[in-house]
Amino acid sequence: MYEFAYHRPSSLADAAKLILEAGDNGKLMAGGQTLIPTMKQRLASPGTVVDLGALKDLAGIKVEGNAVAIGATTTHAAVAASKDVQAKIKALAELAEGIGDRQVRHLGTIGGSIANNDPAADYPAAVLGLGATITTNQRKIAADEFFKGLFETALKPGEIITAVGFPVPEKAAYMKFRNPASRYAIVGVFVAKTAGGVRVAVTGAGQGGVFRVPDMEKALAGNFSAKAIEGVKVAATSLNADIHASAEYRAHLIGVMARRAVTAAG
Amino acid sequence: MAPNDTGIGASVRRREDYRFLTGQGTYTDDINRPNQTYAWIVRSPHAHATIKSVDTKAAKAAPGVIAVYTGEDFKAINGLPCGWLVHSRDGKPMIEPKHPILAHGKVRHVGDPVAVVIAETKAQARDAAEKIAIDYAALPAAGDMKAALAPGAKPVHDEAPGNLCFDWELGDKAATDAAFSKAARVVKLDLVNNRLVPNAMEPRAAIGEYDRATGEHTLYTTSQNPHVIRLLMGAFVLGLPEHKLRVVAPDVGGGFGSKIYHYAEEAIVTWASKQVGRPIKWTAERSESFMSDAHGRDHVTHAELALDKDGKFLGFKSETLANMGGYLSTFAPCIPTYLHGTLLAGNYATPAIWTNVKAVFTNTVPVDAYRGAGRPEATFILERIIDKAARELKMDPAELRRRNYIKPEQFPYQTPVALVYDTGNYHATLDQVLKLSDAAGYEKRKAESKARGKLRGRGIASYIEACGIAPSNVVGSLGARAGLYEAANVRVNPTGNVTVFTGSHAHGQGHETTFAQVVSTMLGIPMDQVEISHGDTNRVPFGMGTYGSRSIAVGGTAIVKALDKIIAKGKKIAAHLMEAAEADIEFKDGKFTVAGTDKSTPFGAVALAAYVPHKYPLETLEPGLDETAFYDPKNFTFPAGSYVCEVEVDPETGVVEVQSFAAADDFGRLINPMIVEGQVHGGLGQGIGQALLETCVYDKDGQLQTGSYMDYTMPRADDLPSFKVAHSVTACTHNPLGVKGCGEAGAIGAPPTVINAVIDALSEYGVTHLDMPATPHRVWQAIQAAQPAKR
Repeated sequence: MYEFAYHRPSSLADAAKLILEAGDNGKLMAGGQTLIPTMKQRLASPGTVVDLGALKDLAGIKVEGNAVAIGATTTHAAVAASKDVQAKIKALAELAEGIGDRQVRHLGTIGGSIANNDPAADYPAAVLGLGATITTNQRKIAADEFFKGLFETALKPGEIITAVGFPVPEKAAYMKFRNPASRYAIVGVFVAKTAGGVRVAVTGAGQGGVFRVPDMEKALAGNFSAKAIEGVKVAATSLNADIHASAEYRAHLIGVMARRAVTAAG
Repeated sequence: MAPNDTGIGASVRRREDYRFLTGQGTYTDDINRPNQTYAWIVRSPHAHATIKSVDTKAAKAAPGVIAVYTGEDFKAINGLPCGWLVHSRDGKPMIEPKHPILAHGKVRHVGDPVAVVIAETKAQARDAAEKIAIDYAALPAAGDMKAALAPGAKPVHDEAPGNLCFDWELGDKAATDAAFSKAARVVKLDLVNNRLVPNAMEPRAAIGEYDRATGEHTLYTTSQNPHVIRLLMGAFVLGLPEHKLRVVAPDVGGGFGSKIYHYAEEAIVTWASKQVGRPIKWTAERSESFMSDAHGRDHVTHAELALDKDGKFLGFKSETLANMGGYLSTFAPCIPTYLHGTLLAGNYATPAIWTNVKAVFTNTVPVDAYRGAGRPEATFILERIIDKAARELKMDPAELRRRNYIKPEQFPYQTPVALVYDTGNYHATLDQVLKLSDAAGYEKRKAESKARGKLRGRGIASYIEACGIAPSNVVGSLGARAGLYEAANVRVNPTGNVTVFTGSHAHGQGHETTFAQVVSTMLGIPMDQVEISHGDTNRVPFGMGTYGSRSIAVGGTAIVKALDKIIAKGKKIAAHLMEAAEADIEFKDGKFTVAGTDKSTPFGAVALAAYVPHKYPLETLEPGLDETAFYDPKNFTFPAGSYVCEVEVDPETGVVEVQSFAAADDFGRLINPMIVEGQVHGGLGQGIGQALLETCVYDKDGQLQTGSYMDYTMPRADDLPSFKVAHSVTACTHNPLGVKGCGEAGAIGAPPTVINAVIDALSEYGVTHLDMPATPHRVWQAIQAAQPAKR
């Protein structure tokens, strides 16, 4: 780890000011479960770290009408254990329970995860699959507008995620095929039947990060069953390939995981 | 507690675990010496490159820096020695290039140490290391053996133009060819034994310290054999005499072979601590472990098995390429030869065997012994080809094995590949494992899996290993540059408690418990009056250390021999105390008794008399009760067994789940059955890891693709089933405890067992072979490659 300036502001306004001042050299830190290991490995070397840990208002879960709002610094463990999330969007609680390991789940946060937009992270699949809305200190951003590619999002300098609002779906499920070594998603598919239609979002597989599968969504809109998407193939051309899985294998697994998710959603 | 509750055969809880589990162990990195400094090693990012220049000026001027050394500083110092000389079949010695402490002129693998920075803190050393400017000119690299052997490949060492280190053979080729010419069937198989990273939980560490007043060096290091390091580093590298060099290997957190060898960092901190006049600590980061700990396995083999019409084995031959990596590690040449070729008879009475092993230099980390070392490779070849033969013959694989086993009445059995097996009963372990694994219920379970859309497969394998390494005259004739005896010193203290100094080294095995049980039983004293001490060349008389499942068979026997001397001397003292003839003294249950009388003296009274010799035969006997013994084994020991595994394959994803695993082993007599079971569990974990999860991957440029746990799959608890373990006993015939060793068995027997099960599950697709690890991706590809009609 290199030397860096550390701030732990007590207001959102201060946090925004500090991170703006730090410019490209600054990093916001929520749970730090990605940032700290990469800093320790000297792969990341921010000059300034702004820790959001003192902003207690950013953590918490609220049911608001037909939506669940989760504060940006709510840990994965809190989401997994939340009776409200379990009752309203069981698939989301289960997804949170399957992130990383116990230590990561008790420090890692939903805001940190989606702001980082790791192409193999789980939360982006839920945010996109449920058509969630991301609230920041400046505006509201629809999930479809938020994820912009590998580790890239629509967030502007000085913009801090405060909450993520998930509409309660009629049915939903997440199926993850884990990388045997890291246990990140090689392919993770989130399927949801919502008031706004059926959504299928895939993480782990795309060269550009999380993406939707319109052909599956169309097929499921008419018939929400595993059988309906049996014939739907996802092209391997824009998928990742590495020593653990070829693009063809990932394409195949998207089909398998999607069918299993639909079945699990019931 | 009475001795019989803690003696030989009792599952005593591991006494060392209290300090390990409460965080009170003393590992090398826990040791801090006064005025200590820290080393950071600069390692090559290239697999193969010429070093054009190294500029250390900025690093030397950086904050906190005390010294910077490069290959130039070590130019006149010997390289790391190789402990085993193998001769090629044409009689020429292996090519043995220098293995510099710090690379000079050229780097030969990613991670090759190039420079070292010594600073006040580790962070300062690391910061300064980034200021060293090294100008490399990259050379074409050989990331694997195929590339290294390709015509025109750039030599890793100029001394070895075709990258061949040696070309070795064992067995009677003419007799084997003759056997093949009479065969009713020849089964052929090409296979890969995948390269593994050892991954001990504790990364390697070393502290060098020099005492100007006495001229003594001390090295604290994560070693499985501190005396061996003292000899190799002292005599062969730095020219330090033994009496001025102390090597301490305190608590060590796992080794699996990787901490046998003498590594550059040990020599660096020892040498440099004298230069800077302060102690120097180096502790590996995990990513350094991946690129600097010696790796294991990495064989490519073509094998053939000749059978008669009844399935009797007539002959076996194999040709293997063995990866040595960029340099020869301490025992590297003996692994694919004398620990692999000699095991190719397996458990079978195959009359003719021939094998050829070509050792190859590549631009990868050196390869050496890893749990099992050569024996897993031999077992994998045999047990896979036998399984393939059974499939081709449509014969029950258990029956084919049974038909070819060496029979109990054939022992001692001379194999065609040099070894003499003293004892065993392979039919017994096979019968035991079939029962243990509920072979009878298999078809029902298979149908039940099928109903859930899963393919169930069942695999069986037998194994034998040569442990209790090793008779010094035998290994000496085969090229070992050291003896392989063991030493022990039993010090009976004046009040009758006992300290044992053993040359064995525990790094997780539980010696402090097992050895204490032996002492407790033999002396008839409670176990809590026995302390086992190891790991310090200034305390232990000598030692060859722990590897090759040798500790109980060789180290344990050395303790027994020293105890025999203690008892013999004790009888003399007791005879004097009781005014009886020495020949009439019996020792049993902690008491010296005059035979046929009720006169007795307890062990403690004899100990006290030895140290307070008021009533003592001083004219004929020295005071004190302290004896040392060296034991050189007469033969290897031969643990053997049979394993059965059942797997379920998900045909949609290719995921393999181990449903059950049953192991029936014959380790000879067991001292502590619980510890033995733990050793089996650990070995099976690593063996299943090799079969399904672990593999070290280099790309074609020699870059390490699996340099962290993000890409290198370690087995986790949820990858493993709950094991069923059973034992049968044929006692070793040539050591007093009748023990054979148990540390490596699981890692040897598990890989072919698991792969045979996976192949069985995939047999309906016509799949006949899969290389390890059988990852979901690889299994899915095999299913895709199968004929569409079968899918």
